[in-house]
Amino acid sequence: MTDPVQQEQIIGKRRIRREDPKLLSGENRFADDLVVPGALHLVLVRSPHAHARIQRIDVSAAKSMPGVVEVFSGKDLESEWAGPMPCAWPVTAEMKNPAHYPLAVEYVHYAGEGVVAVVARSQVEAVDAAGAVIVDYEELAPVLELEEAVKDTALAHEDLESNTSFVWALEPNPEAVDAAFRDAAVTVSERFVQQRLIPAAMEPRAMVVVPSPMGGDYTVYSSTQIPHVLRVMLALTAGISETKLRVIAPSVGGGFGSKLDVYAEELLCLALARRMRQPVRFTEERGEGTMATIHGRGQVQHIELAANADGKVTAVRVKLLADMGAYLQLVTPGVPLLGAFLYHGVYDVGAYSFTCTGLFTNKTPTDAYRGAGRPEATYAIERAMDSLARRLELDPAEIRRRNFIAADKFPYESVAGLVFDSGSYHANLEKALDKAGYSDLRREQEQRRAAGNPRRLGIGVSCYVEMCGLAPSRVLASLNYGAGGWEAATVRILPTSKVQVVTGTAPHGQGHETSWSMIVADKLGISPDDVEVLHSDTAIAPYGMDTYGSRSLSVGGTAIYLATERVIEKAMKIAAHQMEVAEEDLEYVGATFRVKGSPEQQLPLAAIAFEAFTAHNLPDGLEPNLEASISWDPPNFTFPNGTHIAVVEIDEETGRVQLVRYIAVDDCGNQINPLIVEGQVHGGITQGVAQALYEEALYDSSGQLLNASLADYLVPSACEMPSFELDSTVTPSPTNPLGVKGVGEAGTIGSAPAVINAVVDALSDLGVTDCPMPATPERVYQLIQQASSK
Amino acid sequence: MYPSSFEYARAATVAEAITMLSSDEDAKVLAGGHSLIPLMKLRLASPSMLVDIGRISDLSYVRKDGDQIAIGALTRHRDLETSELLAREVPVLSRVAGQIGDPSVRHAGTIGGSTAHGDGAADLPAALLALGATMVVQGPSGNRTVPAAEFFKGFLETALAPDEILTEIRVPTGFSKFGFQKFNRRAQDWAIVGVVAVRSDRTNVSFINMGPTPLRASAVEERLAAGASVEEAASVADEGTSPSADINASVDYRRHLARVLVQRALSELG
Repeated sequence: MTDPVQQEQIIGKRRIRREDPKLLSGENRFADDLVVPGALHLVLVRSPHAHARIQRIDVSAAKSMPGVVEVFSGKDLESEWAGPMPCAWPVTAEMKNPAHYPLAVEYVHYAGEGVVAVVARSQVEAVDAAGAVIVDYEELAPVLELEEAVKDTALAHEDLESNTSFVWALEPNPEAVDAAFRDAAVTVSERFVQQRLIPAAMEPRAMVVVPSPMGGDYTVYSSTQIPHVLRVMLALTAGISETKLRVIAPSVGGGFGSKLDVYAEELLCLALARRMRQPVRFTEERGEGTMATIHGRGQVQHIELAANADGKVTAVRVKLLADMGAYLQLVTPGVPLLGAFLYHGVYDVGAYSFTCTGLFTNKTPTDAYRGAGRPEATYAIERAMDSLARRLELDPAEIRRRNFIAADKFPYESVAGLVFDSGSYHANLEKALDKAGYSDLRREQEQRRAAGNPRRLGIGVSCYVEMCGLAPSRVLASLNYGAGGWEAATVRILPTSKVQVVTGTAPHGQGHETSWSMIVADKLGISPDDVEVLHSDTAIAPYGMDTYGSRSLSVGGTAIYLATERVIEKAMKIAAHQMEVAEEDLEYVGATFRVKGSPEQQLPLAAIAFEAFTAHNLPDGLEPNLEASISWDPPNFTFPNGTHIAVVEIDEETGRVQLVRYIAVDDCGNQINPLIVEGQVHGGITQGVAQALYEEALYDSSGQLLNASLADYLVPSACEMPSFELDSTVTPSPTNPLGVKGVGEAGTIGSAPAVINAVVDALSDLGVTDCPMPATPERVYQLIQQASSK
Repeated sequence: MYPSSFEYARAATVAEAITMLSSDEDAKVLAGGHSLIPLMKLRLASPSMLVDIGRISDLSYVRKDGDQIAIGALTRHRDLETSELLAREVPVLSRVAGQIGDPSVRHAGTIGGSTAHGDGAADLPAALLALGATMVVQGPSGNRTVPAAEFFKGFLETALAPDEILTEIRVPTGFSKFGFQKFNRRAQDWAIVGVVAVRSDRTNVSFINMGPTPLRASAVEERLAAGASVEEAASVADEGTSPSADINASVDYRRHLARVLVQRALSELG
């Protein structure tokens, strides 16, 4: 007998994103689109200097400009703040954290720091008035380069004795490290620079705060990744009861970590709305956003490998200088720590040492940017592995094979103290090599070299593992992070059996509404179209830890999965009561409760939902309504991994690097929606290629950002990318019941080292061993010239 | 990204536009807006009035006129790119227009606007210079013509008087072969260096972004006319140029690119 009720599998099927029609048609409303009658416009006068003392501020001319309501200096607003702007991650007890207020008061510490707030009836009038504000500065020497900053010859903050904010070390077995380097047959020592990157989300930051002067409460609309964290931090910093703050993240057009922060303008809009009893709004211009929104990366990395004659790595030692920028933003000091555990990469290494020095400079503050610490770690180890391969005249693939953590070692306790959940690193590599036609590529490279072909071919391999699913709260506690890493979810089945899901995640382009509806629909046996996903409003979703660190699916998705299970459990009780059978005798298939063995005895979920609503005939002691709420704290991180291969052609005459093929094999565990997985990988790879070939925040010697516009800061587009060749392996994560790992950052983590390894590989017969990022045409041309003249 | 305040007037005819321009010496002509508006948003330009000529319908055309092709100043890049007449008679213009910026730029920007803006880093002015085009200019006292070689005067400076409007561009037919090399880092970017080479009974070569104005590669043309090989001619390509350094390229690298790209552009001529 065939089963009369088939439950369609939804998880794992490609499904078009439900978010897209509204995005593509312009129906979505972003913060700047919100119509708020009577809203005043905030525009900031920003410091043109990287480091200076404010001598005099004259706002008299600005105050008399048309439409201007009020003009404030930092001093004028000092009484508004209950404390300085928050840094939630004091990585050491001794960490130096200079007080940081929404407007500078006496000194400015980076070009772009806010100095005066102009409030006017229109943004145009505010911009005009800002131009009439006079600020006299006494310029001070700026601290710009990390290797200078660490010497303390000049100070980024005149009242600190040192530019060093903290020194953080992870040295599980220092004697073993020393012994490994002493006994090594071969060692590698490399210095790599992680240039500063500008996140450049498509939607600039925008916000509007609407006060209720009689009620004493405030609604904050902000283009943020973290409405929940923002509410707590606004309450603490502005001295407003959390109960009086409702934070809504409307449609948010990308963040990449740059909206994982608490910004001066958010605090200013709130404080000014309180002070002026009117709505206040702010939308950044692109050219100020590139200075006033956080930057990413910014590290000088020293990595050393010790290995035996066979190329087996015995120790990894890393010393890092990390650029904090001028101030510690929300998680600035913690970013290098997210990489600290991963500098041995996918390799089974017994001895490990990591030290990071966090340094202040007179540049825009840094903070989390897609991958946050893990792309940097992967870059260092994957570049160093290629160096080791060259030293031993081994193929880059072979050196990796000899060092991988073997598939039968999972769960794998790493020397750095992590437990890697699952993976098959050999399988990733072999699949990627196969897909690339690796030996054919090597043959073609040889042929081109033999023929003196000026279009050089380079092949770069990069294998990565990342720690995602941030994060087990106890682990965060051990790192001195100021919050937990759980996620909350509520699933409720409405009287008509339609489903509402409330999530604490805060999507800003990831497609959570689609994916979350698929998880619930798959479990309930209903259509995803019948599942509504509510999020990003602290009045609707009061609990949440928001979206970053590839956490939303593995932590937030799991909470939703567990809440759905709990709702089914409750519905099962009602069904058993209605059908007068024991719960154990029932099964739930295809949105139907039925008696095991006699499936003709059944009740649909819809009937149970209505019963739960009317509450006319519920089991004794059972509450009405089908709803369950879960807060889930993951027992461990998840560890997505993969192998990426980049194939580049270098035009010897111009130095242009053309990325001609890109192969990626990623293991993100079980996939909910492969279409969304691919989209994340596409964007991620492009962002890593951007670091390798295109992007860098360039400063002159006075600390001025030279490429503040998108005409000058080269974010690549689809035109510059090849068609990606993607595949995957799947080792379900045992950390969560969905077996998922996360995929938001993977592409970015794998790609930059793959591309630069390919660039170096293309030039290796000339003796080139390194190419700084980004590999610009002129830079590569000069490398070729220098190498050829040797 | 808000410009200073300005007056706005829409002209129905060229004559009306000239009258408007004559009434305000700080007025600027608005055509496709893809050069002027960005400058205004950055407040690098603050005209007192914009005279919008974008609705003057009889300024958008590509037609044959004897041994010349006449192109209306308001013809969009996209129309140059897709014109069958141009593809047949002056194919270099179709190719160059098809690589300007991105699709939205090509659908809004006009050949007259790009030419009147006179940016040495823009593609069409260099192509018109190589072709030896003639600019038809209308002012309060009537029409005059200016050869391309005399039109581009300096950095964003042309032979146009403040109350004159570029109405038509005339390009000779006969340059059936061409080479076009545009070196940039992203498809949408301006050229770091670009080279346009066209050939009829002679070979003309011009540079994009090797100086404050579009430049003829005189040293190359002279060598070729004297019978030099492509390699010999290309090796002196940067003579007489004055490239500047910026975040994309140093002076020396631009000079090197000029030599490489001239060789490639000449090789495309066959």
